[in-house]
Amino acid sequence: MKVTNRRRSTLWLIVFAVAVLAAVTVAGILLNGQAMESDFARKNLMPCLEYPFGTDWMGRDMLARTLAGLSLSIRIGLLTAAVSACIALVMGIVSAAMGRWADSVVCFCIDLVMGIPHILLVMLISIACGKGFLGVVTGVALSHWTSLARVIRGEVMQLRQAPYILAAQKLGVRRWDIVRRHMLVHLMPQFLTGLILLFPHAILHEASVTFLGFGLSSEQPAIGVILSESMRYLTTGKWWLALFPGISLVIVVLLFALLGERIRLLLDPASAQE
Amino acid sequence: MQPILEIQHMSIHFTQYAKGTRRRELPVIRDLSLKIEPGQVVAVVGASGSGKSLLAHGILHILPRNSHMEGRILYDGGDLTSKRAARLRGREIVLVPQGVTYLDPLMKVGEQVRGDDAAPDAKQRARKALARYGLAAGTEELYPFELSGGMARRVLIATAVTHEPRLIIADEPTPGLDAKAAGRILGHFRELAEGGAGVLPITHDLELALTIADQVAVFYAGQTIEVASAEDFASPATLRHPFTRALWRAMPEHGFQPIAGAQPYPGTQTAGCPFAGQCARSTPQCREAADLPLRPWQGGMVRCLNPQREE
Amino acid sequence: MKHRLRFAVGKLFRMALLLLGVSILTFALMTASPLDPLQTNVGQVALGSMSQEQVAKLEAYWGVGTPPVERYLGWLGDVLHGDFGTSLLYRQPVLEVVGQRLAGSLWLLLFAWIISGILGLVLGVTAGATRGRLPDRLIRGYCLLISSTPTFWLALLLLLIFSVWLGVLPIGLSVPIGADAASITLADRLQHAILPALTLSITGVANIALHTREKMVDVLNSDYALFARARGESELRIVLRHGLRNVALPAITLQFASISEIIGGSVVVEQVFTYPGLGQAAVTAGLGSDMPLLLGITVITAAIVFGGNLVADLLYGVVDPKIRRGAARE
Repeated sequence: MKVTNRRRSTLWLIVFAVAVLAAVTVAGILLNGQAMESDFARKNLMPCLEYPFGTDWMGRDMLARTLAGLSLSIRIGLLTAAVSACIALVMGIVSAAMGRWADSVVCFCIDLVMGIPHILLVMLISIACGKGFLGVVTGVALSHWTSLARVIRGEVMQLRQAPYILAAQKLGVRRWDIVRRHMLVHLMPQFLTGLILLFPHAILHEASVTFLGFGLSSEQPAIGVILSESMRYLTTGKWWLALFPGISLVIVVLLFALLGERIRLLLDPASAQE
Repeated sequence: MQPILEIQHMSIHFTQYAKGTRRRELPVIRDLSLKIEPGQVVAVVGASGSGKSLLAHGILHILPRNSHMEGRILYDGGDLTSKRAARLRGREIVLVPQGVTYLDPLMKVGEQVRGDDAAPDAKQRARKALARYGLAAGTEELYPFELSGGMARRVLIATAVTHEPRLIIADEPTPGLDAKAAGRILGHFRELAEGGAGVLPITHDLELALTIADQVAVFYAGQTIEVASAEDFASPATLRHPFTRALWRAMPEHGFQPIAGAQPYPGTQTAGCPFAGQCARSTPQCREAADLPLRPWQGGMVRCLNPQREE
Repeated sequence: MKHRLRFAVGKLFRMALLLLGVSILTFALMTASPLDPLQTNVGQVALGSMSQEQVAKLEAYWGVGTPPVERYLGWLGDVLHGDFGTSLLYRQPVLEVVGQRLAGSLWLLLFAWIISGILGLVLGVTAGATRGRLPDRLIRGYCLLISSTPTFWLALLLLLIFSVWLGVLPIGLSVPIGADAASITLADRLQHAILPALTLSITGVANIALHTREKMVDVLNSDYALFARARGESELRIVLRHGLRNVALPAITLQFASISEIIGGSVVVEQVFTYPGLGQAAVTAGLGSDMPLLLGITVITAAIVFGGNLVADLLYGVVDPKIRRGAARE
């Protein structure tokens, strides 16, 4: 017999993760000024008590820079994941509920977007928007909706066969009313899990594209920028410039991923009783 | 005669999450007792959702991990522990499952009838088993999706007779078959019993059960509420439990009267007779009785405070 | 057979349509870009010091001023004749650049693809078979950790460990700087490909393993696995007899679907290790607004991805008895 109560532990995990992520976001915003502050009297310091993450060649505090970068990443992640998930919801419903023609158009779009590797597509969209904040946000938001759209499409297809939906159709309820009143509620669990599971991808791709030079500009303390700069100093032994910001990013993404995973298990009836 | 299988006070519980983070034990089978002798067909009859299939899984010790079984199972006079069951299942104790979904969709029929048996004569035995049920040699080469409903049933029975089984548990043996085909399939089970095996069909269809069973155990909300011989079903007057009578009247040739109300969902009912809510004869005691044992009564067994049988 | 042929032709037609879509999309995105190719490549100062004619010549070279639809149709016409145009940065035909770069990337991609496929399958099957127990938890933990790790940072980390700290592997470049192309040995090439290939394999495993695990768990919860248990098959035998068989089909789809992910990963990884492959060329082309090259790379990459999907679909028809037998009977 299992002793651990998974629902309770999941609840604690959710509280913990949300608290950490919120704290990082707020701290990053508050530390934004400090993150830009350079002081050549303290440049290239190894991690120590005063500067746990060390300082870079301009004497900027790496802890402040990392927190500011993570905060930016989280905010961009939230924004892009939300936009992406909404696109997915609309596309999925349109595809499944608006007839065959709409379905083939949406499926074609999905195949099209999936045919170009994510990173390349984000790059292209970012270029189209002139790079920078707008570029990377548009790029990530417009390229990550496909798998969730497929899930929602499948779900709606199934719902359409449900007796109460068929009955509503027979009664002459209009299509959009059926979607709004009867389907949206059932799609919520899938939608929410999909949304949360999008965060990690969104954050990682934002960082990657910024790292490659197609995203946030180099003046901003973004994680991608920090790590891209650290590359130039790796061979000279400044390992802390790459190590700590990277680990912090992994932890943030991991928290989102864990959160999504646990919520998925809870909401999925097949594993809810495991 | 020594019973081939005797179940004493079997209970099966599931651990489930209720609202929020609370957990609870969900009793699916409560205090079930049953006895089968070699050569006998004892049918377990109950509505769907009464936990019938789990009875089969319990005997074979293949219940899911979040479940928990209590009580005693005796096989051939000795305790059927999970270790012993692991040795016997597939050989002496066999299950004939419900339908084609119990066959691996990507494995040819011949290989599946043979099972995981490396013996040199396994292939021969599988072929013989298929032939016994009128399945041509070509059937071996088919995939499950190529079988018709009737063929699938015969393949499933064939899986049971590659070894000489002494106890055959048939879970819902005839769903989706027309009366003629169903009759043929049940005939195969009768034949196995005549060969000396104990046969335990588990079904929701009383009518079909009566065509082959010597005894019928009526299952309601996870409990056996009556054990009666097949002859007792000749008329409602010789039946003991109000639910069994209602079941009899619900049979098409006896008027097709529906049973009012529904059986309580597992775990929703704590004390009293589970049928009390639907029973015309129920008394206040019926709803409150803490312990309602299955007791011998006029040649059968019944779990009721005021059983009815009139001679 | 006729049915299968029609299926394949239909898929090919759809693939052509998708490729057309990809090229239009890419072209539209690059045309919409407000970034001025002249400023990025020639520089503000240099532009200012040039004469009017020189600027006009450069503008013509970088394609500024021609209407987009006309340019696209011109490009498409050339492509249909097998000419993807000339790379503006490398001053070589796009196909040549892509060919050279792809040759460099191919080993990397193939190695990572095969390793992550095999390893992912093994880990996924193991995790599914031991669901809820220690091996499963470890594998799931690994997958979660890896899929939360940015590929470029993993690359940086490996570079830091093996090249900087341990000093056992070279930093970047698929060939030693300054070495004559002829004098480069296979060992040299391998040495430079180890870390990028390793990075790509490590990250590729996670997705395949997790999906395989899900499928394995489904199989083990299926009616037929229950029946196998009822017939006395041990858990191990069920995994081997029924699990592998039923996991194989989705594994094919997964394996071919992972091509896109691996190519995407190679873009980042090649950048970190300055490995002169297709991915690095894509970044260079993107940063330098080299439209013909980026367009060519995107279309060819998409063709590889769609080709992979096509192969998966066709393989499915061979492996899945439902399709195979169903087609045979028609």
